[in-house]
Amino acid sequence: MAKSRVSLTVNGRAVEALVEPRTLLIHFLREDLNLTGPHIGCDTSQCGACTVDLDGKSVKSCTVLALQADGADLLTIEGMAGADGTAHVIQEAFREHHGLQCGYCTPGMIMRVHRLLQENPDPTEEEIRFGISGNLCRCTGYQNIVKAVRAAADEIDSAKEAA
Amino acid sequence: MIPGIFEYHRPRSVGEAVELLAALGDESRVMAGGHSLLPMMKLRLAAPEHVIDLRNVEELKGISIEGGAVTIGAMVTQHEIIGSGALAAACPLLRETALQIADPQVRYCGTVGGNLANGDAGNDLPAAMQALDADYVLVGPNGLRRVGSRGFYHGPYATARADDEILSAVEFAVPPRRHGAAYLKQKRKIGDYATAAAAVVLGLSGETCASAAVSLTNVGDTTLFAEEAGTILTGSRLDADTIARASEAAKAIARPAEDPRGPPDYRRHIAGVMVRRAVEAARDRALEVTDA
Repeated sequence: MAKSRVSLTVNGRAVEALVEPRTLLIHFLREDLNLTGPHIGCDTSQCGACTVDLDGKSVKSCTVLALQADGADLLTIEGMAGADGTAHVIQEAFREHHGLQCGYCTPGMIMRVHRLLQENPDPTEEEIRFGISGNLCRCTGYQNIVKAVRAAADEIDSAKEAA
Repeated sequence: MIPGIFEYHRPRSVGEAVELLAALGDESRVMAGGHSLLPMMKLRLAAPEHVIDLRNVEELKGISIEGGAVTIGAMVTQHEIIGSGALAAACPLLRETALQIADPQVRYCGTVGGNLANGDAGNDLPAAMQALDADYVLVGPNGLRRVGSRGFYHGPYATARADDEILSAVEFAVPPRRHGAAYLKQKRKIGDYATAAAAVVLGLSGETCASAAVSLTNVGDTTLFAEEAGTILTGSRLDADTIARASEAAKAIARPAEDPRGPPDYRRHIAGVMVRRAVEAARDRALEVTDA
């Protein structure tokens, strides 16, 4: 099978590879780039565990071809922490507020929340719940996730004011 | 799950896409956002030999509102529909409908054209387009033609679009100022298709209903335009009795399948409830419009 070239930026790094057209983005990330943060949960675009940020959009990478990311700027959970390993504000808020139990949904949840807070920096509880409605968590009942998102929003806001 | 083997094509214009479709023949499929096609391909329910990805076709991407007409390019995403203030001002129904499609991630990818051309009775935008009496623009080897949304859907995944055509845009007249519209959808959870849903567009003259259109989602083999329901509402004062009769008329054409969303009788009942609530909401919204 002829392979096609895909070039994109992943977590700030230029990546170029040859892929079969049928390669799904999630498999390209996990198996070719060894980025195993994005998880495969349902594999049917329901659960959101594979969510990554693609050109400013939250997408379920199990339902995107690697070739559809050609030319894109892509961010995964691995790109969230600072260069020195400091957790991102959203990651820190999830830790602080116990926004996870088993952690399986967390990478997708955090990538979705990252985009949600870019688009709506001051969401109400209802807006948070609607905004993360494409991400399933089977442990927490969402209560602490919502708390963590709200705390992250406050933290980002106060960091902005201090700046 | 991964799709079967296919060749991938990425044209840069509608003309190029139509040429590819003609050259590659029956075993080729056009892909918009891919959120209906790729799941089908992963399940091997679809196995095209060629996928023609429209993502780089810029001419399919804009929303234009001018001269009393709205044109939405096929590759406009559902997320962009939700985000367009100008579109919401001209026609709030589409934002309301798009917000009820799937979930946020799906809406970033899912497109207007894909949702309309797919021909799945569970897709939400077709009912809104039928209520707005929209036309679909189809481009093929012999040029361009327009097909009314109300006559577009023939059966499950069977539409008026020929295999060598691409749905390039949807067009409709901006509804009059004194109109009200609503899309009511009952679903078991976020991300699910409708148990039943109804789109309604009403025009008022004073307190009398001057025009009415009703369409149903996911209670038959196709999206169902409930013509008689609209006829019953037109000329009335949208009182409870008339709305109940229109709701019964809509229920009468519903033929929902038995599925995990419930038995047919239940889903038909829900279709009636969605019609009633959508008509009431559309009426109340129309009455709120002042002649400022």
